[in-house]
Amino acid sequence: MRRGLGESIAGLGAVATVVLTFLLLPMVIIAALSFSDSAYTTFPPPALSLRWYAAIAQSVSWRSSFLVSVAIASGSTVLALALGLGAALALTRGHFGFKKLIYTLMLAPLILPGIITALALYFFFAPLRMVGSPLAIVLGHAVLALPIALIILCATIQGVDERLEQAAASLGASRTVILRRITLPLIMPGLLSAAVFSFLSSFDEFFVALFLSTPTFQTLPIRIWSTLQYQIEPSVTAISTVLIGMTVGALVISQLMKAASARISTS
Amino acid sequence: MLLLPLLPALIALVVFFVYPVAMLLVRSLEHGPGGITLYWYEYLFRQPVYIRILINTVRISIEATAIALVLGYPLAYFLTRIRPTLAALLAAIISVPYFTSALVRTYAWIVLLGSGGVVNQSLVALGIPGAPFQLMYSETGVLIGLSYILLPFMVLLLFSVMNGIDLRLMQAAASIGASPLRAFVRVYFPLTLPGVAAGCLLAFIQALGSYITPALMGSLRETMLASVIQQNIDKLDQWSLAAALAVMLLAFTALAFALFNRLIGLERLFEAKW
Repeated sequence: MRRGLGESIAGLGAVATVVLTFLLLPMVIIAALSFSDSAYTTFPPPALSLRWYAAIAQSVSWRSSFLVSVAIASGSTVLALALGLGAALALTRGHFGFKKLIYTLMLAPLILPGIITALALYFFFAPLRMVGSPLAIVLGHAVLALPIALIILCATIQGVDERLEQAAASLGASRTVILRRITLPLIMPGLLSAAVFSFLSSFDEFFVALFLSTPTFQTLPIRIWSTLQYQIEPSVTAISTVLIGMTVGALVISQLMKAASARISTS
Repeated sequence: MLLLPLLPALIALVVFFVYPVAMLLVRSLEHGPGGITLYWYEYLFRQPVYIRILINTVRISIEATAIALVLGYPLAYFLTRIRPTLAALLAAIISVPYFTSALVRTYAWIVLLGSGGVVNQSLVALGIPGAPFQLMYSETGVLIGLSYILLPFMVLLLFSVMNGIDLRLMQAAASIGASPLRAFVRVYFPLTLPGVAAGCLLAFIQALGSYITPALMGSLRETMLASVIQQNIDKLDQWSLAAALAVMLLAFTALAFALFNRLIGLERLFEAKW
């Protein structure tokens, strides 16, 4: 019977390996092709070069879309963090009714299909002549990033021992002083994690950007999208690899922050 | 107490999310001057093309969700049976596709599956008869692309649910004479069902609203709801019809949630950490 179990685990391992390969191989192949010397999608690449990275770095339109996306993601990250921090403090430390309902409502933008939110915002901003306005996209992305920031910040604040704040309060510290001197330093890793994931969510966001972009003002995903309408372009392979790299970077930072957070709470 | 810091987020959410979505509903009920009307919904259901797109959208979403579940379940289960440090590492690696934009993930499959793509190159090189195959611009292409998009989420959610199940239950079943298969089917699998339902619900909702994958990997026959919503804005300038279609999508989403609530209970959704 023991052997039966071992065999089924081995079979499971084989299936798991196949699925894992299915999950990872496309990303690995894209990354490998981005360093190809060839304009064709020959795999493995016949020779290695950085020509597609040079091509995107020199292209005015790719560069401007990249900068547009960085600016919009920065703006919406700041907004989502400010709104999310306040909400997370209230929801974890406050005492009032309907907390669960409010929390669920705030997660709604994460669950609702993106095209619905995007269409609703298009109808909202079009009469205000704000289609193509960076501010409109920043506001839309901030609403979409808010639940992400909120989930991370709520979890972080819940991990902070409330007695530290109560001790400060008993010594006469005001609410602002407690926040600035006790809570904020303790949740700094979580705040950084929330910033990273909010930034990434805006940087990669598609639907709101699609509806609120104009041909002269496009975020990076919309530029990729309009390029792909016509052709498979090797420079898109390089851009894709940059985006995958950003995701890996974000995940590494969040892991480091998790470790830092664990260190803070034990010291 | 401490209600004040909540207000800015709440106001932003109401102004830039709740109100616009509510106005979407209102706009779908507008036709001509005065009053509310179901004109656009009647219009929609009188056009066979829209009926077909609605059915297609639901069917393709169910199929892609099922594929993601069938592939994701064994991988998630495998992660619970290996060393926790290795499982954590693999879960971190699986988060890379999860957090990578759907646009990039779809593009990867276009490069792989195209007629001169990596898959067909390999099949031709291996001398497979009939290669190269037409893998793109078909339902096969859409299903591969969509299930690939849903899979990392499915694996990570199932893994977190399975992590909460005590594996000693299986040992207990074995100690009273159950075979490993029987212990799995009768003890373990039923315990994972709420997680399976939560994963399928959220994956299904994500599939319903998908736009990039069917547009880039499918043909006109695989047109899904989100594409026609966008076309009605971009090409046809039919705002109210687009709104009505978006409300249909919203209704399907709500229906999926209601069904889940009836069968499992919505609170189970928030128990599953994700």
